[in-house]
Amino acid sequence: MSTPDPMTGPAVFRRDKVFEFLIPKQVDDLDLSHGTALYLENISVNFDGFQAINGLNFYVNTGELRCLIGPNGAGKTTLMDIVTGKTRPDTGTAWFGQKINLLRMDEAEIAQAGIGRKFQKPSVFENLTVFDNLELSMAGTRKLWPTYRARLSSETMDRIEAMAGTINLLSQLYAQAGSLSHGQKQWLEIGMLIMQNPVLLLVDEPAAGMTHQEMDRTVELLTTLAGDHAIVVVEHDMDFVRALNSPVTVLHQGSVLAEGSMAEVQSNTDVMRVYLGTESSSC
Amino acid sequence: MSDSSTTAPSTSARPQRSRLSSIIFILTLIALIIGVSICNQLPAEHPLYVSNYMVTLLGKYLTYAILAVAVDLVWGYLGILSLGHAAFFALGGYVMGMHLMRQIGDRGVYGNPDLPDFMVFLNWTELPWYWMGSDNFAFTAMMILLVPGLLAFVFGWFAFRSRVNGVYLSIITQALTYALMLAFFRNEMGFGGNNGLTDFRELLGFDLRSDTVRLGLFIASGVALLLVFLLCDSILRSRLGKVAIAIRDAEDRTRFIGYRVESVKLALFALSAMIAGIAGALYVPQVGIINPGEFAPLNSIEVVVWVAIGGRGTLYGAVLGALGVNYAKTWFTGAFPEAWLFALGLLFVVVTLLLPRGVAGLLKFKRSSQAAS
Amino acid sequence: MSLSLHALQRLIRAASLLTMLAAVCSFHTASADVQTGIDELDGLFTRFVEGKGAQRTEALDALAALGRDDTRELLTGILEGDLMLHKETDTIVWATAQGREYAMQSLDRQNDLGSERKRKLSRLKVTNRLRGHLRSLIASLGLRSDDATERLAAIDALMETPEALPDATLQELLGSETDKKVSAALLSLQARKLALSPQPEQRLQALSTLGEDLSNDSRSLVQTLAENDSDEAVKTLAGKIARDQAAKVRLYAKAETVFFGLSLGSVLVLAAIGLAISFGVMGVINMAHGELIMLGAYCTWAMQQLMPNNLGLSLLLSIPVAFLFTGMVGILIERSVIRFLYGRPLETLLATFGISLILQQLVRTFISSQNVPVANPAFMSGVLEVNSVLSLTLNRLYILAFCLIVFALLLILLKRSRFGLEVRAVSQNRSMARAMGVPSSRIDSLTFGLGAGIAGIAGVALSQLTNVGPNLGQAYIVDSFMVVVFGGVGNLWGTLISGMTLGIANKLMEPWAGAILAKILVLVFLIMFIQKRPRGLFPQRGRAVEAH
Repeated sequence: MSTPDPMTGPAVFRRDKVFEFLIPKQVDDLDLSHGTALYLENISVNFDGFQAINGLNFYVNTGELRCLIGPNGAGKTTLMDIVTGKTRPDTGTAWFGQKINLLRMDEAEIAQAGIGRKFQKPSVFENLTVFDNLELSMAGTRKLWPTYRARLSSETMDRIEAMAGTINLLSQLYAQAGSLSHGQKQWLEIGMLIMQNPVLLLVDEPAAGMTHQEMDRTVELLTTLAGDHAIVVVEHDMDFVRALNSPVTVLHQGSVLAEGSMAEVQSNTDVMRVYLGTESSSC
Repeated sequence: MSDSSTTAPSTSARPQRSRLSSIIFILTLIALIIGVSICNQLPAEHPLYVSNYMVTLLGKYLTYAILAVAVDLVWGYLGILSLGHAAFFALGGYVMGMHLMRQIGDRGVYGNPDLPDFMVFLNWTELPWYWMGSDNFAFTAMMILLVPGLLAFVFGWFAFRSRVNGVYLSIITQALTYALMLAFFRNEMGFGGNNGLTDFRELLGFDLRSDTVRLGLFIASGVALLLVFLLCDSILRSRLGKVAIAIRDAEDRTRFIGYRVESVKLALFALSAMIAGIAGALYVPQVGIINPGEFAPLNSIEVVVWVAIGGRGTLYGAVLGALGVNYAKTWFTGAFPEAWLFALGLLFVVVTLLLPRGVAGLLKFKRSSQAAS
Repeated sequence: MSLSLHALQRLIRAASLLTMLAAVCSFHTASADVQTGIDELDGLFTRFVEGKGAQRTEALDALAALGRDDTRELLTGILEGDLMLHKETDTIVWATAQGREYAMQSLDRQNDLGSERKRKLSRLKVTNRLRGHLRSLIASLGLRSDDATERLAAIDALMETPEALPDATLQELLGSETDKKVSAALLSLQARKLALSPQPEQRLQALSTLGEDLSNDSRSLVQTLAENDSDEAVKTLAGKIARDQAAKVRLYAKAETVFFGLSLGSVLVLAAIGLAISFGVMGVINMAHGELIMLGAYCTWAMQQLMPNNLGLSLLLSIPVAFLFTGMVGILIERSVIRFLYGRPLETLLATFGISLILQQLVRTFISSQNVPVANPAFMSGVLEVNSVLSLTLNRLYILAFCLIVFALLLILLKRSRFGLEVRAVSQNRSMARAMGVPSSRIDSLTFGLGAGIAGIAGVALSQLTNVGPNLGQAYIVDSFMVVVFGGVGNLWGTLISGMTLGIANKLMEPWAGAILAKILVLVFLIMFIQKRPRGLFPQRGRAVEAH
């Protein structure tokens, strides 16, 4: 609300404002000068009478690692859907940095603007190799002709191989992604996410299906990424959240119930009531 | 799609992306074109003699193969099951047919130098505006690409932007070709109505009934198939081709890593329509007629079956399917006309149930299982 | 002079009558006498043939007054020239031209009398004046007939020349008539009489009655009065009534279009509703649906072959027979092919298309590649006449009703029965339903069979409207899919509304666009509509939809 709308700037006649579709998309406008990567204000979403998000305000600072927890149906995934353009909110504003209005963009534009997402259910391209999966998600052009003309330089080969090493899939670089195990697919998706080099990462349940060692490595990876990237992690596994050692936001019935460190949140009476009290769910 | 695990042995070596099969295919195709051309010149009693009838038949099959490649490009790689590709094929055919009609000149039954016979018959006095320029071959060649391409572009623009997917898309493509069929049946459309366009005489000054020209058309179809194959192969081998497969397998995910799914679909769909148009344009001078029956929904579905039988997701599979099924059709309708629909129907069922990857999938499976053992 | 001649003839006739009474077997006594083979008629016909002027009229009156069953037939025979005099035997016979000869029949039509060259027979002479008299005799005989339809026909015959009927007779008939339709016809006859009357008051009175009647005759009469009447008042009133009538006619024409639309819509709904079940509930694209409809239509044909003498019953019986038969075929298809393809709608599309080809070819091979004749039982043909402008054909009316009944039964089955509950459970969450003990694979078979069975029923209905042949189904498959998709997959009400809407839209456009263009326009509209709202008019909602 407080940010000026770039679409209604000074009332100077400009040729490119004659038709809306002629206005260049605002992808290169990312302005993080105020130190906040994501502004969600007063967001509400209603699915056929079910209030999934209710007057939600949520901010993520640049370089911050934030955990998002809450019982089932609290609106965590819907929140991610809104940020990535999959769901349009009924009310509210969503800004990426100072200048990018997420509500005016579609999924591809949002992704190109620098928001990456890992799904709850691992979602990789099963009929492509691990290499191809990483190559496609690598930051770079998304336009048709350049994509057709794109050639692999040895530099990009190295980058892809390095990433495959990081996610421990180097030995399966040319295996089809569909043949990977569940945990390996999780890793591949994290690798794809990092290859996009996004400013903001939304990570939905990264630890599901992972062994303890793998979880530790994920924690390590995410904490290394934080600082350069803003990261929002949704997770049900409290050990994992505790290990990330970062600020936690608790969602409940579509709005923020509490915010703070894990210890603060755990001692919050509202949170205890939600998780342990009469309306507690199976978390 | 569930057979991926069988075809992908874990390996750390970068595989040559089935380049071998493409090369084999290209060489075979060239050998076929040259071989048929030579064998056609042999004396008729020679055991290797290929009759003129056979040349034209093969030329027709090759145009079907081009159409099959077009369908495979969008279905096999992009996941768009078009049940209306015969419409683009027929449109290309009609554009070519219009040109051929104009080439008849005053040699028609009514001897009118400007108007095709059917227009004189309907008491029309001048050419409709959309027949303008059809006497010019260069213009016709352009329209063969533009008309189907533009229709596909407009149709796709709306369909893909509003994310009409899967079955719904298939059904409206079918409705599209059905509507076109009904429209072309009308005399008022100015395309010869029920009878379509026929009685062609010459193309670029060559007599269409001469054996040499027929051989020439066969070679042209073969070369067109070769070029189309190379073009599609280069696209599918590029990163764009991987994006296409990504869209087929997980459309949303492709969007979330920043690709404009709509644009990719639109570009490849329009390209595919243009390829179908080329196929139609080559088909018409060889069979000597184009009528609204070519728009029939059954035709489009038949093309899908060629691709399914040959193996979708492999270009050479689509070609094999088109050639094989059509050869079978010719043979059956000659030997057991009653049985052809039974055979075709059974093919549909058997292939979808037992060979989801078609004959090409069978070959691939054999090869990878040999490699494994 | 003429009188004396008459007297002479009467004498002769009397003599001949006596002879006939006296002798059972008559022989040729007087050449002037006419034989008919029926005693009471001989004299009358002799008088008619031999007599002059008034005598002949009297003879006809007497004939009319006899009240025989065949009186009208005889009078008509005289009028039309079907009764002739065989010159050699002086016998009146029914004569039918056969090439150069006439085939002869006795007057009571009991005996064939062989044939005779044309010149051996002569027509009974009828002057113009007599002809008019004959007509009014025939008409008034009809007017007093016991059969209401005959009375109506007689009145209709008089509509052109209402002045032929005397006022007194008309009043008497109006007083004694009990049948509503006939009274109405008499009233309009009276109005027509009045409209031609020289007094303006009577014409005004006539107009009020004529205004109620929308038939062509009465409208053109009103129009004539509005244009040509000498009296201003009559002219103005007639003009106003003519405009009112025109407006009413337009309204009824609209109503008729809507009826045609609903009737087309009911056909579409019947064809689509089975598809709505297999596609909407099970996610199976059944391209063989059209062929199941075709099989249903062939069931009607087969039933008619089995019981050719009872068309009505065979049609009624073919409904359950078609339902069971195509339902079985459906279950067979499901068990043998479709169950291996769940969750892969595009594959079901291809496989069922193959099945559709096989079914078509089966019919071609084992029955015929030609259309087979399916008769309409008597109760299906006929017209429900709302008024003289709007009449609804019964077969369309029945099919509309039939469609609604099928729809209602289906809705009840799916919403109220245990089976319906299980179907909905499986369609919404297969694994959960299975966990709750629903035998999902049996439900799949039955659901598909239900959809197929309804296709068969639709085929029975279609057999009464169109030609039954191996290609019957193909014509409906694209339309059916469009109906389902337009209405919103998985929503039966949507299918009903969309089918009816498309039917009406089609018929509304037909008058100015023509049948084919209207259909193209509807298709184009649908293509654009689906792009705007990919999930149809009434989309399914909720998380489950995403999985499709």
